[in-house]
Amino acid sequence: MKPKNLLLAWLGLFLVAAIPAQVLAAQTNVAVAANFTEAAKEIAGAFKAKTGHEASLSFGSSGQLYTQITQEAPFEVFLSADEARPKKAIEDGYALPDSRFTYAIGKLVLWSKNPALSAGPEALKAPSFEKLAYCNPLGAPYGAAAIETLKSLKLYEKLQPKLVQGENISQAFQFVDSGNAEMGFVALSQLAKVSGGSRWVVPQDLYTPIRQDAVLLKKGAANQAAVAFLAFLKSPDGVAIVKKYGYGVGDKN
Amino acid sequence: MTSLPPETWTAISLTIELAALTTLILLVVGTPLAWWLARSRAWWKEAAATVIALPLVLPPTVLGFYLLVALGPDGPGGWIARAWNLRTLAFTFQGLVIGSVVYSTPFVVQPIRNAFEAMGDRPLEAAATLRASPWRAFWTVAVPLALPGFLTGAVLGFAHTVGEFGIVLMIGGNIPGKTKVLSVAVYDYVETMQWREANILAGAMAAFAFLVILTMTLLEKRFSRPGRA
Repeated sequence: MKPKNLLLAWLGLFLVAAIPAQVLAAQTNVAVAANFTEAAKEIAGAFKAKTGHEASLSFGSSGQLYTQITQEAPFEVFLSADEARPKKAIEDGYALPDSRFTYAIGKLVLWSKNPALSAGPEALKAPSFEKLAYCNPLGAPYGAAAIETLKSLKLYEKLQPKLVQGENISQAFQFVDSGNAEMGFVALSQLAKVSGGSRWVVPQDLYTPIRQDAVLLKKGAANQAAVAFLAFLKSPDGVAIVKKYGYGVGDKN
Repeated sequence: MTSLPPETWTAISLTIELAALTTLILLVVGTPLAWWLARSRAWWKEAAATVIALPLVLPPTVLGFYLLVALGPDGPGGWIARAWNLRTLAFTFQGLVIGSVVYSTPFVVQPIRNAFEAMGDRPLEAAATLRASPWRAFWTVAVPLALPGFLTGAVLGFAHTVGEFGIVLMIGGNIPGKTKVLSVAVYDYVETMQWREANILAGAMAAFAFLVILTMTLLEKRFSRPGRA
């Protein structure tokens, strides 16, 4: 055998030897609502460790992601921050009808970096703050929940001049974290790794529960990694991570 | 004209106000700067010119990030903000003006600098021999000669501020009447799939950009006609 061929033969042998571990490994593109960023990263890591499949995550507001899906974005799985968009994705023919389920129930938190602000409903009534951050209610359900909460507390009209809007929940977080807004409505999951400051987990009776639904998009129907990712999300391992980040988990519908 | 919602008209007038104010500030601040860049022999001149040119290549998110920190209560913006009795300059019209000025500086300063440089030393020397004071020579000789540069700078600065998006998104807070400019309005429409509204606004902005570039090209042709200095 010529040296070159020998080299190729060796290379081939190595590849064959490498296959068993990765034989089923595939890759899938997952669109993830911004509030689920940290949890999704951990899930993708655990998913890879368990199945060998790679999940590539794209983050944005649910509205932005859904618009991209309607324009042929290469996403195969959609983890929305609401129920409405996955439902619409099925109605409009972008997703598989039976794939929708609630993977997490989001919790809204009023958060401040200032421990003395004591972030409770009374903090919202205090005149001592200038800016209250939340996220765009049109694109992100946490923003809608924030407004609903303010309306339930009959503070919406009064606080409107103080509201500043992030494009998605990550940005609302950033506004508070950078000190530009003294308080903000964020997702409890974002505070999983944050200590200090003050927080008030908004009681569930002040806003409609944020049921976050997932769907398998048609582009991912034939991709085993996409299917496996959703299965992993429902599995005890996946659910444990979801809970760890402060989400509720509901019935699968 | 069309059935655009009133908040869109607010965004339009706000955008024009922001762009006009930014251009005005840049003409006032940028002219001495351009003059210095064109005339100075300081060894660090080009380093300064490079800093001014940075927004040309930096992603707006990079500038937006630094501005968010700099305008905040812990940054220099915090104590400037106290002049308006505010805590932070983020989420304010003033903050947007500061951001836009930083962002659009090279678009105004460079054409003016180029015009000053193209003029050369001779007209000023001639003015000096006629006993014009430097101040007078500047206003009666240099500025009229550099007028095309001023025009290009003003038009580019205005248009570029109108087209600004990343910085506004990072430091604006999307407040109608204060920081919600046209580009953000378009983004909101796209995100919520209001294609019709997005189309009208985006189309109008594209037409505006077309007109700006066409006007500039025609102006340049007119001014660079042979026979003119």
